[in-house]
Amino acid sequence: MSHNWGMAVDLDRCTGCEACVVACHSENNIPTVGATEAARGRAMHWIRVERYWEGEFPDVKVKFRPVLCQQCDTAPCEPVCPTYASSHSEDGLNSQIYNRCIGTRYCANACGYNVRFFNFFPPAWDKPLHLQLNPDVSVREGGVMEKCTFCIQRINAGKVASGMAQRPLMDGEIQPACVQSCSANALVFGDLADPDSMVSKLAKSPRGTKLLEELGTKPKITYLQRGSWDDSQNK
Amino acid sequence: MTRRTSNSLTDDLLRPVLETSTKFYVTTALLALIVAAGFGTWFYQIYFGLGVTGDNWPVFWGLHETNFVFWIGISHAGTLISAILRIVNATWRRPVTRCAEVITAFALMIGALFPLIHLGRPWLAWWLIPYPSERLLWPNYRSPLVWDFFAINTYLLSSLLFLALPAIPDFALIRDRTTGWRNWFYGKLSLGWQGTPKQWHRLESAMHMMALAIIPIAISVHTIVSFDFSMAVVPMWHSTIFGPYFVVGAIFSGIAALNIVMAIVRKALHLEKYLQPIHFRNLGKLMLAMSLLWGYFVFNERLVTWYGNTPHEMAALWSTQMGRYSPLFWTMIVCNFVLPFPLLTIRKLRSITATVIASCGVVVGMWLERFLIIVPSLSYKGTPYSWGAYLPRWPEIVIFSSSFAAMALLYLLFSKFIPIISIWEMKVGEHPHIKVAAEVQEAEAAGELI
Repeated sequence: MSHNWGMAVDLDRCTGCEACVVACHSENNIPTVGATEAARGRAMHWIRVERYWEGEFPDVKVKFRPVLCQQCDTAPCEPVCPTYASSHSEDGLNSQIYNRCIGTRYCANACGYNVRFFNFFPPAWDKPLHLQLNPDVSVREGGVMEKCTFCIQRINAGKVASGMAQRPLMDGEIQPACVQSCSANALVFGDLADPDSMVSKLAKSPRGTKLLEELGTKPKITYLQRGSWDDSQNK
Repeated sequence: MTRRTSNSLTDDLLRPVLETSTKFYVTTALLALIVAAGFGTWFYQIYFGLGVTGDNWPVFWGLHETNFVFWIGISHAGTLISAILRIVNATWRRPVTRCAEVITAFALMIGALFPLIHLGRPWLAWWLIPYPSERLLWPNYRSPLVWDFFAINTYLLSSLLFLALPAIPDFALIRDRTTGWRNWFYGKLSLGWQGTPKQWHRLESAMHMMALAIIPIAISVHTIVSFDFSMAVVPMWHSTIFGPYFVVGAIFSGIAALNIVMAIVRKALHLEKYLQPIHFRNLGKLMLAMSLLWGYFVFNERLVTWYGNTPHEMAALWSTQMGRYSPLFWTMIVCNFVLPFPLLTIRKLRSITATVIASCGVVVGMWLERFLIIVPSLSYKGTPYSWGAYLPRWPEIVIFSSSFAAMALLYLLFSKFIPIISIWEMKVGEHPHIKVAAEVQEAEAAGELI
């Protein structure tokens, strides 16, 4: 049975706490590049919480939007890679094969969401973070691209566990690190191929929108938020 | 009388090959030093990582890619122009063609180096070659970078052939005029050329075929380079006019480079008699036409974006018109349009100096054009939170500067080993009524080889 992994992000629930960012860093062995390099725009956050302000102080309203790889069905990053390092998995993920990457960075330029990151230097961690690397995730060499994998190590572990117990995967059994760490339950992960899964239902919600849908990338992440009419009523 | 003219012509054009001055050694050493600095910087970049450049998130391409497009553009001077001039049989072309074809060969070699320089792991660049891998892995033929690989290699190979073919009679000439290693070396290069009518016939048909084949190749190469950008859904990149826009820009910058090179060669090798004002005037006219075409494309690109008024494209557009990148944009407009237009149109102003000044402007302007296509779009793509900016850092600037030194060095060495003006073609030009073969036969009959 093939899966089609997707996610729903409820923007009305997101508190902007960035726990997902921290969880993602520690789960996926994402290097910390240090303050100087981060200021140069080399920070790597597979998931980031974008902040937008509306209005002038003190009457100001902040909006948070967690942005991670949208795992597009027609991903602009995939066809441009000359070596197939960026390719589509059977589960519908945009996978990045680190060993095959030669570092043209074309995928990152083609990506409309800026969710691909380049190892400008060989990876390094601020102490003592170097002592807590996740053994299930490979550390990437300098000169290769990397990106959100939907925690593919957890997906595979879940598949193996259900296969060993000879039962189908249950909805919510697999949780990427960001989803697991979200205290507000703003992130929901699941199988879009299963019509009864929570994420499938949320994907059909009238509150749902896709990010930069006009690019024609068919993203698999649905953002849920109130309609504008609702917004005006709440004022 | 005719014979004497011929001989003085041969002497004039062969002198740079046979006599070497101290100046040559000093210049070569100096240029080689700068090129070495460039390679040193590249190894520094490989050793420490691409982080030493100014590339960042989200502007993952910067100076290296600008230089790539720029040099591939410069390469369109030579072979394309010389092929067109050969086909239309423009007689004034004779002293220009080889000067131009050499630019193509070397600009392509330098340009093709930049995609390697910009790689994160350049030692794996051979994965772009479709070799029979035991893991059954092939390059991704959907990727414009793979198209680039094939297009540039095809163009390089055919340009080298196009350069080498008409040089064969000149190699034979040097072979017959020299002794020692030169006799051996040029003997090998001349591939047993004896100047028989059959050989002349074959050479001319081969050159005709190459001239016809190279025009579509040249046009396709820069179209494919433009596809690197226009195939991606990035604001201002995703445009259908990029193919012709890039080809026009390439020819534009190519002619400018040719003018500058011709002016330098003329002075340095004392070839004022051969590279005359008419060559600069004619190439200037061609450059003016390209300037107008290029101006039209820039206007078109901007008008359509402005009229379409999609928010993400407007951000990239305004950054070049009024924002962060606008000083570069307006400099480009001055260099590519405002400066060359009066210099090339007003009859009183037209001169070699004026053409060279205009050409210098165009080279600078066209470099800026490539930068302005690549960087602002990447700075303003995606969600506003992820917008960024780019500033080059010293390794990119050193490599960029040394690419010009590399061009000068290669050109200098070439003109040392091969006459920069095709001797036999000049002779044909001097005897318009006589077929070359007839002349050769006559020379053979007189007991001397040309």
